[in-house]
Amino acid sequence: MNLDKTARLALAGILACLAAPLAATAAAPAPVVVSITGFAFGPAQLTVRPGTQVTWINHDQVPHTVTSRQGKLLDSPALDTDDRYSHTFTEAGDFEYYCTVHPFMTGVVHVRK
Amino acid sequence: MTDHDFDPSHDPGRRQALGCLAAWTGAAVLWSVAGGVPRALGMAAGGEAAAAPPGALSFVQISDTHIGFNKAANPDVVGSLRRAIADINALPQRPAFVVHTGDISHLSRADQFGQARELFQEIRTDRLHTVPGEHDAIDDGVAGYLRVFGADGRGRSWYSFDQGGVHFVGLNNVQNFKAGTMAALGDEQLAWLKADLAGVAHSTPVVVLAHIPLWTIWAPWGWGTSDADAALALLRPFGSVTVLNGHIHQVMQKVEGHVALHTAMSLAYPLPTPGQAGIGEPGPVTVPPGQLGRLLGTRRVSLVRGNRPLALIDTPLDR
Repeated sequence: MNLDKTARLALAGILACLAAPLAATAAAPAPVVVSITGFAFGPAQLTVRPGTQVTWINHDQVPHTVTSRQGKLLDSPALDTDDRYSHTFTEAGDFEYYCTVHPFMTGVVHVRK
Repeated sequence: MTDHDFDPSHDPGRRQALGCLAAWTGAAVLWSVAGGVPRALGMAAGGEAAAAPPGALSFVQISDTHIGFNKAANPDVVGSLRRAIADINALPQRPAFVVHTGDISHLSRADQFGQARELFQEIRTDRLHTVPGEHDAIDDGVAGYLRVFGADGRGRSWYSFDQGGVHFVGLNNVQNFKAGTMAALGDEQLAWLKADLAGVAHSTPVVVLAHIPLWTIWAPWGWGTSDADAALALLRPFGSVTVLNGHIHQVMQKVEGHVALHTAMSLAYPLPTPGQAGIGEPGPVTVPPGQLGRLLGTRRVSLVRGNRPLALIDTPLDR
């Protein structure tokens, strides 16, 4: 009996731990992934709500960066193959970026309330 | 008048692609393969680029070693560089120096620059002159590159020197990147180039080193320098100008008046031919086993005093 009670308490604890982050996630917009493939950001144009985390993943054999055209909001290091870079957009606006290694690669994140 | 002379490989597919390129440029493609060794011709008197004559200033160009790259297109870039070094060390005439036209490292990391420097010390030559590629300028510009290869200690990645009666200029065209455009030399460097060349007689042969080609090969891939015209205008008064570039991992040549522009093979991996149907981006090309060594290689450049232009020989690792 004691063992069962302990087990139930442990289970309740685990569920509580699981529920807390789930609740937090439900309140925030779902995260978005931008794939860097074939020297292009996909999708190159993205519209998200404030609070959205965007993650760029480099699938090419060569390095790329995610770098703001103006300012330093997006300022990734060199992303090698399979490296990723994340940013959570808090303010509304249009955020243009490019790859400093291949400046013909450009993209924009529109953040709309 | 403009002549093009493309000479990248033995591969029929790429030869076909070159046909497409010829159509794109509207210029003639000249092929010359002598004794199984592709040669950069059009530069040597009589069309023969043989062993360097006695007394010639001879140096070697290597490029795009991409130390740190380890993906499918070439899992062993160090091995490829070592083979090139063995070729250089086996030359009958020891080169006066070696030039590296950029992309020494793959990711601008300190360990990659350090490993490259150790490998270059195996080359039997007096000096190594380098210019940075865009892979050497990620994250903190050329600061990491200069810590290892900024020999003059002035914190500047462009320079000039004179040797064997020739004026050499090393340029950095990988720093002024702006979104959606090609690279640029920038006003500060152009002002320096103008001042530097002001003191050089127009009869002096000039050799320019820069990573990205100083003529527009394919703008959609960034294969050009947006303010190259300003640099070439400063060079045009000279009787003999040779521009040695890397970046595109294949041999291409263009002659405009007294200015000859050449790109070199890589020592890491091949890149596609610009304008090739079905190839949308300049990513590493993985070739069938046994083919890679034919697409990587070195270049030997010989200069003879007098009116004869430079002689260039491009030599693949496998031949």
